[in-house]
Amino acid sequence: MADGKDERRPAGELEASVMAALWAAGVPQTPGEVQRSLGTELARTTVTTILTRLHDKGVVDRHRQGRGYAYVPVQDAQGLTARRMHSELDRDGDRETVLARFVAQLSPDDERVLRTLLEADEQSGGR
Amino acid sequence: MIALLILPLLVPFALPALARRALDRLAPVAALWTVTASAVALALCSLAALGAFVLTGLLKLPFFASLGELIRPLHTASDRFVLPLAALSVGGLAVTAWTLVRSVSRQVRAFRAARSAAAHGPAAGDLCVVDSPRPDAYALPGRPHRIVVTTAMLRNLDGSEREALFAHERAHNAGGHHYFLAAAELAAHCHPALRRVRDVVRLAVERVADEVAARVVGDRRLTARAIARAALAGQGAGAPERPAFVPGAVSGPVPRRVEALLAPGGRRAGGWIAALLVACTGVSCVASATGMADFHHRVEVAQGEAER
Repeated sequence: MADGKDERRPAGELEASVMAALWAAGVPQTPGEVQRSLGTELARTTVTTILTRLHDKGVVDRHRQGRGYAYVPVQDAQGLTARRMHSELDRDGDRETVLARFVAQLSPDDERVLRTLLEADEQSGGR
Repeated sequence: MIALLILPLLVPFALPALARRALDRLAPVAALWTVTASAVALALCSLAALGAFVLTGLLKLPFFASLGELIRPLHTASDRFVLPLAALSVGGLAVTAWTLVRSVSRQVRAFRAARSAAAHGPAAGDLCVVDSPRPDAYALPGRPHRIVVTTAMLRNLDGSEREALFAHERAHNAGGHHYFLAAAELAAHCHPALRRVRDVVRLAVERVADEVAARVVGDRRLTARAIARAALAGQGAGAPERPAFVPGAVSGPVPRRVEALLAPGGRRAGGWIAALLVACTGVSCVASATGMADFHHRVEVAQGEAER
């Protein structure tokens, strides 16, 4: 049922269409839902591939829903930066060393913010 | 000489009417090119004419005459006519320079702000989504080109309408429409009559992008609907904060654009309109070139370097 013309469009345009569908929906979307709300005829596998790519880039978040994932766009600039840092971490095999180096290179101000955050977490979580 | 140089100041008054007819009768791309090129040429000619008047007036003053190494008085029409004209020209050029500088700096600032806002938001492919309750969409040129759409706009359109909107914005970027808009904007500051031509150029870029979008999605009706809905959504949303040379989806008189999309063809012969535009531009260019050459010759005569 997929239309060959739409499948051959540039990857950037397909990503834009999928991203627009996610934002327009406003609630988490499965690849099937995204496929139905698109104005173009794309195979569901293509939509899934694009969503995975967007997730790797850190512009969408996903969580398990049934046998697959449901996707939501990352809302704010801060969340976006955080997502990007996570995907950089995931890309490196030695996560622990990367984190250790990252913390070692923090500025005093950043360190203070981090400490405050951790303390607040300990008090509220009790762990 | 004076009469020849007044012509380039008068010709621009004929341009708005001609430009509107050109857009009605020519293919949008052809209209966009001819109208923008004529506006820029007429703006340059009128600036050149003003410059020549200022120089003439200056050379009438003893100080500048000695600076220009004139050994006899510059031979022109009566001083009672030339000096006020020169004074007016100085005023005109000063106002032009002031509005040009102000407009350019304002636009550059707005453009930088738009680019940095787009860079901070989430992007996918060439799309930047701005989380905002105000429906808006526009093409943001640069490296790489971007299309910026607010979440409110995305939620107002269905999937295929979004595709038509994106195709429209991509057409702006691919066609380099910001160059046309910037040229029209600058020309509008050079001569008051060219302000109305700027509006025609704005409409022309929208029409070009509409036609490209209709071709890309393969459905004129769908494109018309997308534009109409985008416009209705954007209504009453307040003035968008973006530079004037950035083409938006809902700029220009939307009913006319929708009408043109729904009733294609039936284009009346527009050849003579294009010919008139070219003729106007030609008259203006030839008049200012001849006037300048004549002025130059008179200066040489006054310097004693050429025979009368």
